[in-house]
Amino acid sequence: MMTPRPILSSLRRHKIAAFLIVLEIALAFAIVSNAVYLVIGRLQRVDLRSGIDERSLVLLRLATAGKQNGSVASAQTDLSALRAIPGVESASAINTLPLSNAQWGLSYATHPVHNFNDGVPAPVFFGGPELLKTLGIRVLQGAAFQPSTYRDLTPKDFFETFVSAHQALITEAYAKRLWPHASAVGKVMYMGETPVLVDGVVSNIIKPYISANAEDPSNYYGVISLFRAGPDMHVWYALRCPPAECARVLKAAAAKLQAMHPTETLIKQESFAHMRQRYFRNDRSMAWLLVSTIIALLGVTAIGIVGLASFWVQQRTRQIGVRRALGARRIDILRYFQTENFLLATVGIALGCAAAIGINVWLMTHYAVPRLPIVYLPIGAVALWALGQLAVLGPALRAARVPPTMAMRAA
Amino acid sequence: MIAYYLRLALRALRNSPVLTALMVLALAVGIGASMTMLTVLHVLSGDPLPGRSAHLYYPQVDPRPLAHGGNGKPEPPGLLTYIDAENLLHQGKAARAAMMYQGYNVVQPPAGSVLHPFMVNSRLTGGDFFSMFEVPFRYGAPWPAADDAGAAHVAVISQRLDRKLFGGADSVGRMLNYGGHSFRIVGVLAHWRPVPRFYDLDSSRYGEVEQVFIPFNTARALDISVSGTTNCYGKPGKNLDTSPCGFIQMWVQLDSAKAAADYKRFLVNYSAQQHAAGRFQRPSNVRRDDLMQWLAYNHVVPDDVRMQAWLALGFLLVCVVNTVGLLLAKFLRRSNEIGVRRALGASRSSIFAQLLIEAGMIGAAGALLGLLLTWLGLWLVRQQPSDYASLAHLEPAMLVATLALALFASLVAGLLPAWRACLIAPALQLKSS
Repeated sequence: MMTPRPILSSLRRHKIAAFLIVLEIALAFAIVSNAVYLVIGRLQRVDLRSGIDERSLVLLRLATAGKQNGSVASAQTDLSALRAIPGVESASAINTLPLSNAQWGLSYATHPVHNFNDGVPAPVFFGGPELLKTLGIRVLQGAAFQPSTYRDLTPKDFFETFVSAHQALITEAYAKRLWPHASAVGKVMYMGETPVLVDGVVSNIIKPYISANAEDPSNYYGVISLFRAGPDMHVWYALRCPPAECARVLKAAAAKLQAMHPTETLIKQESFAHMRQRYFRNDRSMAWLLVSTIIALLGVTAIGIVGLASFWVQQRTRQIGVRRALGARRIDILRYFQTENFLLATVGIALGCAAAIGINVWLMTHYAVPRLPIVYLPIGAVALWALGQLAVLGPALRAARVPPTMAMRAA
Repeated sequence: MIAYYLRLALRALRNSPVLTALMVLALAVGIGASMTMLTVLHVLSGDPLPGRSAHLYYPQVDPRPLAHGGNGKPEPPGLLTYIDAENLLHQGKAARAAMMYQGYNVVQPPAGSVLHPFMVNSRLTGGDFFSMFEVPFRYGAPWPAADDAGAAHVAVISQRLDRKLFGGADSVGRMLNYGGHSFRIVGVLAHWRPVPRFYDLDSSRYGEVEQVFIPFNTARALDISVSGTTNCYGKPGKNLDTSPCGFIQMWVQLDSAKAAADYKRFLVNYSAQQHAAGRFQRPSNVRRDDLMQWLAYNHVVPDDVRMQAWLALGFLLVCVVNTVGLLLAKFLRRSNEIGVRRALGASRSSIFAQLLIEAGMIGAAGALLGLLLTWLGLWLVRQQPSDYASLAHLEPAMLVATLALALFASLVAGLLPAWRACLIAPALQLKSS
């Protein structure tokens, strides 16, 4: 490594070019560190754990015209038939599923409230013990429901019945939100002024529709109520199967349902994995877009550095020749340009840090973007130092090849 | 003179083809990325009903109970209850008004059809919907006001549904089985896709319009359920229409500033009257946004798209700074040549002009390539899964803007290097070579 003194005095004579390199590195650093952070945020969402046994779940949905009498009973008949299919371990009719985008929500509070919205909103899943088994939800505290206490939901008196459940299971995250310091089992929460007894706390399951921030604890808020509903409430049939047999089970279940309901249409038949894939496709495409922008931006920055560095080398050919003639080794010339680039990159990175934080603060106030963790800054710094060194290598090697005789030739 | 400068510039560019290509490429990539994203932003933030939007308003009142501990949102809710919507419809003085909600139900294909039953969205609304929003019809016409009042079993269907069910024939007068009920088709829409789908921002904001339209009163009489958002702030009863639940969007047409002001006053008076009657607990809390205000208030353009646009502009900035650097290198490399030209009598301004023309040529090449990249970028956007993807097309205005932006960016990028280069002192350069 050589002392920076001669480099600095030489840079002073090339203020504009040096300033441009610093500016390019600062801009690239500020944009790239924020963009990388956004990509990580997206990937964290895509990787969120759903809390259910995803690989052993397939889903079917029937389209039913209007309101029917006996829709709940018809669903029970369908479920018994589906359970008879070899490979089906358990079957449930459920109003919504994690990551299905169809939210049925209510707000509960720890005291009675006038306004129904004055509580903590949570999605409501219909089902009982069978549902827990189908989705692979564990009871952590308290007990699951007794199967006999289901209430039937029909479009006719849907709203009235929906808000008047008297017992519920809640997820661990929701229990912690309502009662941070005590066990929720046996406590009463309020839907408006209606008391709801918490029978048990279950393992976290992700909401049908999650917030932009992967780390938001409300993503795992959930309430399970003892309701039964039929196709006229647009229920899904969820079947649990051994992962290896799920494809066959889905096919057999579709055929059976279609045979039982020749005038109706199956509007959905898919694995849960497929639904999850669909839910996150926007995040995935946004991540790709950001990654390609980052690569293009780094590429452009590298081009800029190569261009300016080669110009410098060309301009200083004679000086390099003189230094070589005076005894400088090739490695000294190489080091000179590398050190120079390192110094410029360092200044650029320092400015870029400030800009990166500024951009992040601006993004936080305008968009749902969390604070940039400080660890991204050193990572970005290393990346840009490496990029600078890589870009300057070519021109620096060319400089190192300048023969000492150049000192005489040019003069 | 210009022709001479152009020839000079072309010669200079040909002398360093790699550097020139890199500059053009970097500029083009920056232009392509930023124009792609700006085009998407432009399409998504457009006016869905140009010329009419200034006269369309979205009324809101606040029937919610008083909040505990003041944690209630200060703005009135976005959806109206049935009672309020009915009252506003009948008591308000608007040129036209329509309340509406969304349904999702089964279409039973006509007997003998090979089709299976399928689910479609419906818009359950008043006949004014079509005239107020100037919805184009391919066949037939909107249902008359009498059908609204009489809750007639009539329907308007989309062009797409008409194609699917009737092969695109004039289906006026034929029957549609929707949600288990029969409706007489009175009209078929021509292609209509307002962007954004402004009238209902609670469901797919950039999606297609619904395929079935049925009179609001008919839908309520048949109890066709709400597929959009229903927000209850109090205990609902058996009947949604008498429950404290918002599920209705409402639009009114107010043709003059006076009518708009009067309507606002009407909303305030209505709230006060409901408050006095004990139905509303909160003091008068109303809004009456016009269409574009309503879109802005609801942040209709997705955050992703806005962030992408900022990202792309940042990218363009990097590309411009990069071009400045490369042009500087390029011009100063020719210090000798410039020195000779200065010594032979070329003025500073002519050197400056010549170098700017060179920068402009790079800009022009960058613009053309950038246009190609924009076109490619928009194609890529159209392959994305979002519901606005199919809307990303290059418009003539944006095409001109792309070319202008590229030229402007390259000239700005050329200013500093050209200025720096024309400062070269003739004697010094001659001596050193």
